Amino acid sequence: MKKGIWVSLSLSVLFLFAATVLAAETPVKGGTLTWGRGGDSVTLDLAQATDGESIKAGIQILENLVMFKKDSMDVEPQLATSWEVSKDGLVWTFKLRKGVKFHDGTPFNAHAVKVSFERVINKDHPFHKYGTWRYPALGLGPVKEVKVIDEYTVALRTEKPYAPLVANLALWLCPILSPTAIEKYKEEIGRNPVGTGPFKFVKWVKDDQIILERNEDYWGQKPHLDRIFLKAIPEVSARYMALQSGAIDIADDLDPDSIQMAKSNPNFNVIERPSINVGYLAMNTKKPLLSNKLVRQAFNHAIDKQTIVKTIFRGLAIPAKNPFPPSIWGYNDKIVDYEYNVQKAKDLLAKAGYPKGFDIELWAMPVSRGYMPEPVKTAELIQGYLAAVGINAKIVRHEWGVYLDKTSKGEHDLCMLGWLGGNADPDNFLYGLLSADVTKPPAANVAFWENAEFTKLVKEAQAVFDKAKRASHYLRAQEIFHEEVPWVPLAHSTIVRVHNKKLHDVPLRPNGLNSFQMIWKEK
Amino acid sequence: MGRFISRRLFHLVFILIGVSILVFLMLRLIPGDPAHLLVGELASPQDVARIREKFGLDRSYPYQYYVYMKNLFRGDMGTSIRSGVPVSEEIAVRFLATVELSVAAMLISSLVGIMAGVISSVRKYSLFDYASMLLALAGISMPIFWLGLMLMYLFSVKWGILPMMGRFTMGFDPHTVTGLVILDSLLKGDLALFTNSLKHLILPAFTLATIPMAIIARMTRSSMLEVLSKDYIRTARAKGLAYRTVIIRHALKNAFLPVVTVIGLNFGLLLGGAVLTETIFSWPGLGRYVVDSLLARDYPAVQGCILLFAVIMVVVNLAVDVIYFYLDPRLRTDGKG
Repeated sequence: MKKGIWVSLSLSVLFLFAATVLAAETPVKGGTLTWGRGGDSVTLDLAQATDGESIKAGIQILENLVMFKKDSMDVEPQLATSWEVSKDGLVWTFKLRKGVKFHDGTPFNAHAVKVSFERVINKDHPFHKYGTWRYPALGLGPVKEVKVIDEYTVALRTEKPYAPLVANLALWLCPILSPTAIEKYKEEIGRNPVGTGPFKFVKWVKDDQIILERNEDYWGQKPHLDRIFLKAIPEVSARYMALQSGAIDIADDLDPDSIQMAKSNPNFNVIERPSINVGYLAMNTKKPLLSNKLVRQAFNHAIDKQTIVKTIFRGLAIPAKNPFPPSIWGYNDKIVDYEYNVQKAKDLLAKAGYPKGFDIELWAMPVSRGYMPEPVKTAELIQGYLAAVGINAKIVRHEWGVYLDKTSKGEHDLCMLGWLGGNADPDNFLYGLLSADVTKPPAANVAFWENAEFTKLVKEAQAVFDKAKRASHYLRAQEIFHEEVPWVPLAHSTIVRVHNKKLHDVPLRPNGLNSFQMIWKEK
Repeated sequence: MGRFISRRLFHLVFILIGVSILVFLMLRLIPGDPAHLLVGELASPQDVARIREKFGLDRSYPYQYYVYMKNLFRGDMGTSIRSGVPVSEEIAVRFLATVELSVAAMLISSLVGIMAGVISSVRKYSLFDYASMLLALAGISMPIFWLGLMLMYLFSVKWGILPMMGRFTMGFDPHTVTGLVILDSLLKGDLALFTNSLKHLILPAFTLATIPMAIIARMTRSSMLEVLSKDYIRTARAKGLAYRTVIIRHALKNAFLPVVTVIGLNFGLLLGGAVLTETIFSWPGLGRYVVDSLLARDYPAVQGCILLFAVIMVVVNLAVDVIYFYLDPRLRTDGKG
């Protein structure tokens, strides 16, 4: 009898416990999410967008054929249901989802895909003139032809086999918009975006707020939130204060001090994820001094990345040893980084014929980026490290536009730059930043490093459709990079999102493509 | 009077042409290529060339200027390079937000400044005089940035009595009659939005008013002191006029000329947008827009804004001159002759 009481008591305790856990974990429908961010969007037609604030908002409204998975950088179907590549690697055939409607009621089909893509790639398309198309090389650039096979099948043909295409299609640059809306709004489509996404565009007050509401007819799982307000709060302390006062639920891009304060505040949640970026110091190998591999290796030994991560990034980063971060597939973790060792650096310099060091220019970025939060302080630190091995570096500063222009023409000795690889494909970093193909001014390879074997490897990899085989090309390419070191890879930063604890299931993908479909808010 | 105004407006055309040439050249002399800034770090040469061609940046300067002016005379200020939206539209929304904030700030600063100045001059070397002039000194030297953040922290975060940012609570749908939210809500009889937007205006307007308020107070005081020592004031008093009448009718009216100039000048400056205040309080005004556009080398946007500023300055100066006419009878005869 007594036993029975205990059993029923413990059972009911267990039940109560389970009930509370369940209650806390069951999403609540409804509510408004107010999202504080540093600036306003520029355009919501993401095929024309280059800035993070546009992407953040647009990704809620527009969808692509494919999208990155929630927890990894692998690609899964979105508006397409499946796809296959022809034997010669030139034709990609996508089967499309049926029964999907755009927010304006227009049915989604192969025609919509053709219009959305051709307006970008085809100069003669009647809608081409309605936009300023940026970064085509990263998005639809390799696509030469879009063909409607039937209502729900579309084929993309590339000029040469291009394996990263499916990752490109998951980028914000390749959204599918309502063809009726593009025709109706013309140049203004960026202010009146009509897609198939979980949220519909309602209103935009420039430099102030964007209002979105739930798409009741969404084809997938309907979002929990009623509305999203995206509020531009340019001043970072004001943004944190707004979070404290409850005026906003999420505060983006806070400074390290505010993040520290938020961590000790029981009302806030702080999420951290490794980013898919790299901050680096490029050495212009066209300059006689830096054409010497030993000198470049000496630089790699001379700079203490750990300290840079600790002081400049305040721990919100990891030191870099390869050109792209470990969160991306194909990362070569077997590579052992050049240790910070002043003596080794000095020895290498002596071996290279510069026992007394030399004078050199160090170009410091004038703007702060996620991969380089405090470029000038970083440059000063590096200057100090170089002085310790006898190299006298003079810090050179230019305004950002000039900086990009001059570095892309190779006027620098050492320059700081970085990259956020949106499609999380190693090709984006290795071919895009380090191959010999991109050394012609305006060059993306600002080390102007031309290594035949490296370039051959990464170019070949573009035409390999088997991921494991592609990865082996990239592993070898990283070994060559490590031996030749055209850069001092500095750091891969961590991205942080701070939000009110009442919010649940807040996503934080490293490439910034975060759908807020699953977020729900406690009452 | 009419002739005077039309002559001044006629001058405006030449001023605008001069300003447009200067801005056009200066923008292009600053290093930095808008096309390169637009497409960012990893632009291919083709991308840059395509965008330069699209915005006509590949043509010669005289040709670019000719096209710009041709369109301008048709009322077309061009298309923003950054957003692809007509500049006139981009400017219009933000200018109205700036007008709302500047008018409120000027009302506060003029009312408080003039009152403080008059009382200080009448009660020279009193406790009020010392206190208000000390405050005015603090007001002039106060970093706006710090003041704004402190006000925000105290009134919004700590005490929670005033909203901290924006023109109205998100979700309100402002009526569009004039574009001035407060005025429109009154016209439409929307009391909820009116009080809401008025509350939103208090902190930024007060922050923005601090410096002009201090300047106006000091200017009023010194100008009043000068006038109060004049013989005609003594005469007016001797005639047996009430002290209040002497101060308001005789002294203040005469002391007003330099004060009006200061108010006009400050108002003109505020209408050009207040970058710091707008940034702190997330006020979607023109100041932030100009700075962002300049950083992106958005030539048409910056040119449009600067031309607007030139018009504002000319019009405000004209208004000040017109007010002079009413305040100073001597000018009226001069103007006719």
